[in-house]
Amino acid sequence: MSECHPSSIITPTVIVREKTPLIALAGQPNVGKSTLFNLLTGLNQHVGNWPGKTVERREGSFTLDGRQFGLVDLPGTYSLTANSPEEVIAREFILREQPDIVVAVVNAASLERSLYLVAELVTLPAPVIVALNMMDVAEHEGIHVEAEVLEAALGIPVMPITATRTTGTHELLRIICKTLDGDLPNHPRQPEIRADHLAILKETSQIIAGYVPDPYPDEWVALKLLEGDAEITRLMQEALPGEKGQALNGLLRRHDDALLAVASGRYEWIERMVRAAVVRPKKGQVSWTNQIDAWATHPIGGLLILAGILGLVFWLTFTIGSPLQGWLDTRVVGGLSNWIGQLLGGYPLWLKGLVVNGILGGAGAVITFLPIMVIFFAAFGLLEDTGYMARAAYVMDNLMHMMGLHGKSFLPLFLGFGCNVPAVMGTRVIDSKPARLLTILIAPLVPCTARMAVVAFLAPAFFGPKALLVSWLLILLSMFILVLSGTLLNKIIFKGQRSAFIMEMPLYHLPNARTIGLLVWQRSLSFIKKAGSTILAMAVAVWVLSVLPNGELGSSYLVQFGKWVAPVGQWMGLDWRLTVALITSFPAKENAIATMGVLFGSSPNADLAQILTSTYSTASALSFLVVTMLFIPCMATVAVIRQETNSWGWTLLNIGLLLAISIAAGGVVYHLALFLRL
Amino acid sequence: MTHTKQISLAELPVDGQAIIVQFSSGRSETNRLVSLGFTPGAKIGMAQNYGRGPLIVTVRGARVALGRGEANKIIVEQRQPNE
Repeated sequence: MSECHPSSIITPTVIVREKTPLIALAGQPNVGKSTLFNLLTGLNQHVGNWPGKTVERREGSFTLDGRQFGLVDLPGTYSLTANSPEEVIAREFILREQPDIVVAVVNAASLERSLYLVAELVTLPAPVIVALNMMDVAEHEGIHVEAEVLEAALGIPVMPITATRTTGTHELLRIICKTLDGDLPNHPRQPEIRADHLAILKETSQIIAGYVPDPYPDEWVALKLLEGDAEITRLMQEALPGEKGQALNGLLRRHDDALLAVASGRYEWIERMVRAAVVRPKKGQVSWTNQIDAWATHPIGGLLILAGILGLVFWLTFTIGSPLQGWLDTRVVGGLSNWIGQLLGGYPLWLKGLVVNGILGGAGAVITFLPIMVIFFAAFGLLEDTGYMARAAYVMDNLMHMMGLHGKSFLPLFLGFGCNVPAVMGTRVIDSKPARLLTILIAPLVPCTARMAVVAFLAPAFFGPKALLVSWLLILLSMFILVLSGTLLNKIIFKGQRSAFIMEMPLYHLPNARTIGLLVWQRSLSFIKKAGSTILAMAVAVWVLSVLPNGELGSSYLVQFGKWVAPVGQWMGLDWRLTVALITSFPAKENAIATMGVLFGSSPNADLAQILTSTYSTASALSFLVVTMLFIPCMATVAVIRQETNSWGWTLLNIGLLLAISIAAGGVVYHLALFLRL
Repeated sequence: MTHTKQISLAELPVDGQAIIVQFSSGRSETNRLVSLGFTPGAKIGMAQNYGRGPLIVTVRGARVALGRGEANKIIVEQRQPNE
């Protein structure tokens, strides 16, 4: 592709641009932007957070004909008005970092809607080219788009592609190259405000002229003011001198419906573009999506389908995930511990303990969690990529309503039954920040498989044939407390605010293995890298506290601490041993049983069950199980809560909340059981 | 236009067609609706409405789910099928 940078074209501006050209990918959600990003960068990408934000930032690079390109995946947004951090990030990036080119990915199957973002992008300084994606889905729906007609109408290059099948991407790159080299004209036709508001726009522009701070374009700021954009309004109130500021305020207050005029102007622009370029299907043709949705969003049928899918995910977890987890625990981590233990035979005992119990213990927690997490990440990715996720959210909306949440919170919470870690990470699908925080706060109340393992060991020991009933009641209690806490937290912390339930229902499409594979890979990697180091540090700290000062658990700081907080335990009917067992369940929930084994001087087998039954009353046993179900999240969960909320404040609040809930519930259950003479 | 009536979007029956007249939603809600294709004058079709719970509409070639509360705040003008 020598035409990409022919020597005759090299002008001073091109020479200045010897640095790596920076390409920004912009697009609405569900247009296949991530698929295109993954396709271009492969594994050559880095996932982090936007500075100071909890929004995922993905960037990468690729080489074409020996020329390197940087690629940044902007957050998927429907518009560029400051409704959420995503929109602000996207527009600030284009204005401040000045990418050399913005590739706007649009969905050919819903062109009218997805061109709305393009109508906003073309008013910003960076050159825009359009990647007309999902051509296959559009054809499937009977929609035919003439790319050349659209290109002529828009005045900017349009390249039809199908990212899932890598069709057209090479041509897209060639267009990017040509645009960078100035070989392709890029004169977008600009949308205009609806005619009845032209005078008001002019008046706004006159007021702000000369006062707009860099790097914002004047015309753009005027439009954002009329749209009622909170950030830009604040910006201009600070920048304008007193009387001008008042004039602006008065004008905006008199025309608070100007937003609709701006938006209508953009849609009029879009309609002109689309009219000639799109051939719509004949009326009466029932699409794929309609047919599936007749079942998937039916109030009863939809719930049955959802239950079936969730059942399948659980089945996979128990038939593949759990055995693999057990195998990793005994063979890999256990084997490694033995081997290192022998290797360190000649070294001081504390070193061996630190490495085997502290470091390997922590690393083991990370590694053995992985199989279940991969299954859940994959299931989540698959449901998201096919478009089913929105349907699950839709049918669960009524139930989640009670807690001030809406349907989108359901699937992340459900993931919690496998492990709370993917649940907390899965809250990324929730677009409103308060709803996302609330979901994270209550996610640890979902009983995970590790807690159920403790219950599965203890319930039969204490309650014999009634064990199953007790287990069910424990799960019901957890769910009841989850709904109760959600409802109360929503009232107290979030003042009952509930973001409006307005959600796109994307067309169904076949899942893309590459997209899902990369999602699983990135989520797992981010868990191992970021959460892993926190977990390791906490595991070492807990181990150190369990051996200092005398090198054994019985007289350690940890046990001393357990005895110190024993009065609280006693209120719940727990003696210091059960209290210590609870505390040591922090690195991993199943540790509770191992700790009891150590404290009662036996291995965790049948005798332990017998000892426990003869030592504790039914009331104490019930209380211990209740507290185990509701106790502070394990350290892996704490680590991801910190990572996802980007705040120790929320993380500590979450721990405190669960501590309070578990102590209160344990106390109430203990005293109730005593009262009922159980 | 002999036979038109203004109703809330929530009252539009399945397969019904209407034109958006106005919405009385708050600013940020209006912003989200607008960016998803809802503007006065836009054609809207009802894809699913069971009389309770959320509903699904088609607007500007896309399917959008709305809570009943949100749909109540959108006033539409129903178009009779014979028009």
